[in-house]
Amino acid sequence: MGKAAQSAIRFSNVGQVFRTQSGTLEALRGVDLTIERHEFVAVLGPSGCGKSTLLRLTAGLLTPTSGKVEVFGLSVAEPRDDIGIVFQKPTLLPWASAEDNVVFPLRHKAGRVNAGDREKARQILARMGLAGFEKRLPSELSGGMQQRVGIARALFMDPDILLMDEPFSALDALTRDEMGFELLHIWEARPKTVMFITHSISEAVLLADRVLVMSERPGRIIENLTIDLPRPRGFETTNNKVMHDYVSHLRSLLLKRAA
Amino acid sequence: MTMSHISGASSSSAPPEQRDRRQVMVRLARAPGLLPLVTLVSILIVWEVSCQVFAIPSFVLPSPTRILGGFGAIPFPRWLDHIWSTLRVALIGYVVSIVIAIPTAVMLTRSEMLSRALYPILVVIQATPVVAVAPVIIVALGSGDLPRVVITFLITFFPLVVSTTTGLLATPPELIELSRSLRAPAIREMTQIRLPFAIPYVFSALKISITLAVIGAVVAEFVAADKGIGYYIQFSTSMFQVQQAWAGLVVLVAISLALFQLVAAAQRIWFPWSIPSERS
Repeated sequence: MGKAAQSAIRFSNVGQVFRTQSGTLEALRGVDLTIERHEFVAVLGPSGCGKSTLLRLTAGLLTPTSGKVEVFGLSVAEPRDDIGIVFQKPTLLPWASAEDNVVFPLRHKAGRVNAGDREKARQILARMGLAGFEKRLPSELSGGMQQRVGIARALFMDPDILLMDEPFSALDALTRDEMGFELLHIWEARPKTVMFITHSISEAVLLADRVLVMSERPGRIIENLTIDLPRPRGFETTNNKVMHDYVSHLRSLLLKRAA
Repeated sequence: MTMSHISGASSSSAPPEQRDRRQVMVRLARAPGLLPLVTLVSILIVWEVSCQVFAIPSFVLPSPTRILGGFGAIPFPRWLDHIWSTLRVALIGYVVSIVIAIPTAVMLTRSEMLSRALYPILVVIQATPVVAVAPVIIVALGSGDLPRVVITFLITFFPLVVSTTTGLLATPPELIELSRSLRAPAIREMTQIRLPFAIPYVFSALKISITLAVIGAVVAEFVAADKGIGYYIQFSTSMFQVQQAWAGLVVLVAISLALFQLVAAAQRIWFPWSIPSERS
């Protein structure tokens, strides 16, 4: 069976319980979700609702306490090669140049990189608008540029699935919107399955094909909203009447839960 | 950014002559090494004048000029002999300490069992005053460099292990997850992520330990030696040649400072990224 025939990510009745020093903590309960190949899905929810747990389960960094997590039809038993992760903070290697940071996954996994790999890294950096900054250290780059390098690092191994854990939340509002559109641009040119964790309602609606809303702990999926906005999306999308309807619907949903 | 704007605005509103004076002060404060030099020279002058005016006996406090004279008590090659003796012990002890401390720190972070088993022993070693154990070690290991190197090792080891361990554990958890998600070999997680991330911590400890190493070497010489700056200081005081002891002290301080600066320079040259920038 080819990849195209299967859902990229599927959670079936997934529960996750963490054992901590002060007892047990139930992060997820009965989570069912499906993300199709090349779909851009945003996961929205209050802080501490287990959004990041969802991501770590998909990445194979955690094994579920109950239920099943599948990626391309295979149960996730260990981390896979076809998944790239972008973290909330850029978490680059402070001693390595932008280019060295991008090739790092390969150097770390295989032990060495060749000139072709470096050329590929430079191409990705150029696509991220960082041409000319290849030799800069992270400390010489702005926060937005550092996160671009973080994204370039995740794209370097050319993963089918891109997991993003609130990647733009540390950036200022303007850079944040700009980065969102750049991400869409890259995603439209080279489609990937994206699981985008965020706590920003407008960011979720603006970027995603579908928004999954999670409840507070223990996290469950309480809404599955398809965003029917035309693509390509850009700054003009933010003025779209339909977008505001989606945003206010999600906001009232989250406020109702919080009240 | 905002702060400098505010202070810039307030200084331009001050009267011009006051502003000029302030600018001179700012320039003086910024000249590297100028202010400390002024302080040092002032202290020396006050010291010298006090010794003369109050006629302080030189065995209580010799004046700077008398200390300078103390340098001439033995010929220059003898000085080099003493310096080399102390320096050799300090450096060998320091290097042995590094070579053992860093792998120990790696092992402590790799295995929780080992950490629980070894850590209390490390604390006991650190809690034992090295000065008190020194005579025992000298008796046990005899004369020669070995007991002195062991004493230097004991005094420098603990800060290195603790700081390196802290550094190895301070790696951003995301990078460890990245490493795990790549299913990279554990050795590379150590060499490519954890160890480099520990570099700033290691250098903090290296800077502390290099000055401790000199102390260790001197303590060992106090107990039993026939050479070395520590030996020379003790010998001079027992002969009431206090200005010579002070001269030895000055040499020790110079050695310590020079070694400290060497370590700091090594960090600047090979690991410039590990020095925290002044930008917050």
